[in-house]
Amino acid sequence: MSVITYRQALRDTLRAEMHRDENVFLLGEEIGVFEGSYKITEGLLKEFGERRVRDTPIAEEGFVGAAIGAAMLGLRPVVEIMTINFSLIAIDQIINHAAKIYGMFGGQTSVPMVIRTPGGGGQQLGATHSQNIELFYSFIPGLKVLAPSTPAEAASMLRAAIRDDDPVLFLENLGLYNTKGEVPDGDESVAEIGRAAVTREGTDITLIGYSRMAMVAGQVAEKLAAEGISVEVVDLRSLRPLDRDTIVESVRKTGCAVVAEDDWLTYGIGAEIAASIQEGAFDYLDAPVRRVAMAEVPMPYAKPLETAALPSIDSITTAVKETLSAVGRRVG
Amino acid sequence: MPVTTSHEEPELIQLLTPEGEFKEHPDYPLDISAEEMRGLYRDLALVRRLDTEAVALQRQGELGLWASLLGQEAAQVGSGRALRPNDMAFPSYREHGVAWCRGVAPKDLLALFRGVTNGGWNPDDHGFHLYTIVIGTQALHATGYAMGIQRDGALGEDGSAVIVYFGDGATSQGDTNEAFVYAAVNNAPVVFFCQNNQWAISEPLERQSRVPLYRRAEGFGFPGVRVDGNDVLACLAVTRAALHNAREGQGPSLIEAFTYRMGAHTTSDDPTRYRMSAELEEWKAKDPLLRLHTFLTRNGLADEAFFAAVEEEAGRLGERIRTECRALPDPAPLDIFHEVYAEPHHHIDRQRAEFADYLASFEGADAEGGR
Ligand SMILES: Cc1ncc(C[n+]2csc(CCOP(=O)(O)OP(=O)(O)O)c2C)c(N)n1
Ligand SMILES: [Mg+2]
Repeated sequence: MSVITYRQALRDTLRAEMHRDENVFLLGEEIGVFEGSYKITEGLLKEFGERRVRDTPIAEEGFVGAAIGAAMLGLRPVVEIMTINFSLIAIDQIINHAAKIYGMFGGQTSVPMVIRTPGGGGQQLGATHSQNIELFYSFIPGLKVLAPSTPAEAASMLRAAIRDDDPVLFLENLGLYNTKGEVPDGDESVAEIGRAAVTREGTDITLIGYSRMAMVAGQVAEKLAAEGISVEVVDLRSLRPLDRDTIVESVRKTGCAVVAEDDWLTYGIGAEIAASIQEGAFDYLDAPVRRVAMAEVPMPYAKPLETAALPSIDSITTAVKETLSAVGRRVG
Repeated sequence: MPVTTSHEEPELIQLLTPEGEFKEHPDYPLDISAEEMRGLYRDLALVRRLDTEAVALQRQGELGLWASLLGQEAAQVGSGRALRPNDMAFPSYREHGVAWCRGVAPKDLLALFRGVTNGGWNPDDHGFHLYTIVIGTQALHATGYAMGIQRDGALGEDGSAVIVYFGDGATSQGDTNEAFVYAAVNNAPVVFFCQNNQWAISEPLERQSRVPLYRRAEGFGFPGVRVDGNDVLACLAVTRAALHNAREGQGPSLIEAFTYRMGAHTTSDDPTRYRMSAELEEWKAKDPLLRLHTFLTRNGLADEAFFAAVEEEAGRLGERIRTECRALPDPAPLDIFHEVYAEPHHHIDRQRAEFADYLASFEGADAEGGR
């Protein structure tokens, strides 16, 4: 076992995949010479050269579209979009083309590409640079959307994404890059796409999150354990396909659930989770499913306002306790 | 070896050489008094001070971020002073020098970067719009705005034109190129002012183009010129001419101000990671303030007393900026619900009420809180 950062896990995996398969190449804004805005591609240009690591013009629609073309040739482009916000400029290429070419072309050509991009607020980057809009992609048949929350998951899921023959949006998070976790030495496991994980077992309530919120959910569970509350944490890991079975099974056991999400509440990922729970575990529910999400405003840039707008350990803890007291259970 | 569409060397419009010598240009005669020239020097010096102070304030934790204009003062002051009160400027995020020329108070610029407000000034009061940080998008807004002016028939000598600022990196964006298309086919009164500062964060110009940027205009069907962006007189003359043409119904044009970003991309960037210090040294010799200083001195247009007075004024400006910045009020948590919609919205009202209750639930918490 080694303890490495989420960033390091991504970098090691990209490097290993590039060694494994000559068809894997990287492209994006300042990923080469500058080694990426968030340094995920550090050292890769030096090691693999410009043929495999391409700095692109400042034109997101351009390089995503070009990557689709390269994928149609059978290459395996791994695109980095500086943050998910700029994927909006490329959204026609992603939604109308990457996701649909396989079907619209009668299965004649697939698009084995990966778009890696971080979401996340909390970095004082302002409203247009701090969004969590993975929902847009999770909504689209033809796309797969992965959202790992730990270094080990980041590695095994990135391996899966690169080897998959369909277009994958691989969601990272600015708040996770420096987090650390154990990764087995020499690990070459390939995650099964579409599987959630129960990352902490518990009996009182199910707390569901993904990406940064899966990490925060773990912290909330830890804190509540000290107060005698047993929280089961479900990390979604894959937003499309969504693993409804794992969610439903957990809620059938605990009888109540809170969803923590960094995106906006109305029509958010949590809405889909809540609907899935009522479909699959209605008879087991002791309380309404609560969602804790970001305030429904464009992200403020001022630090105290940004903090106020984002869900926090405190706001999630409050929601968990309120849910438990609503069903007359002890809340520590 | 990059291929260019033409073997001609790009022409650089220059009125003031780096050595401070004045050269006439047949297409850009400059009608300017000695006093106006001194005024330009004062602008350059004060804008540089504003910028230096802001960088220092960010370092001290008083601002979240700052995008320095160091090295681009002449491009901004020259073009900014070419604007008339009726004209409208659409900036990117680095045009503090243009803001200065348009009478935006330094503290209002700082308020933006401190996070006190998302819009520190009324664009109509200043003919200067608010900052945009998604690359290239404002080129379309400026074009639409210009088409509105055209629709209103507000052209001619007393009419208005629009100028839009963007960088070399932005020329790769679809938005910018579509703005060129729209402006061209509609003959919109807009001047595209590209500050080619040679870098888009860490990416050099070669990543964006293999022809000089000003030559792009030709393919869209309007004139393009390259001006020495460190020559305030040339920037003034070239921009005046382009705005005049736009007002007179001759449509859009592209100005490529050839300059250099002497500082970091923003305060979160470290340019020593990706560029050679020799490059910076080379551009230091072309400093926009230096050459005007030399020219004014050599021609007896300004004396030591003048430069000393400007220096002193810059010192006072710096002090004022420091004091005013620290005195800016902190926003309160409930402010996040302000300015989401222009019209009332029950959803927002409900969230605000819930959030107020939540804040009140923390005993002793200060709902007016802040930094
Ligand atoms: C659509 C989009 N993509 C990427 C970014 C990240 N970004 C911010 S500034 C910048 C470089 C812009 O360079 P340039 O247009 O030359 O302007 P300069 O900063 O040099 O003034 C980039 C890529 C962004 N803000 N918007
Ligand atoms: Mg630039």
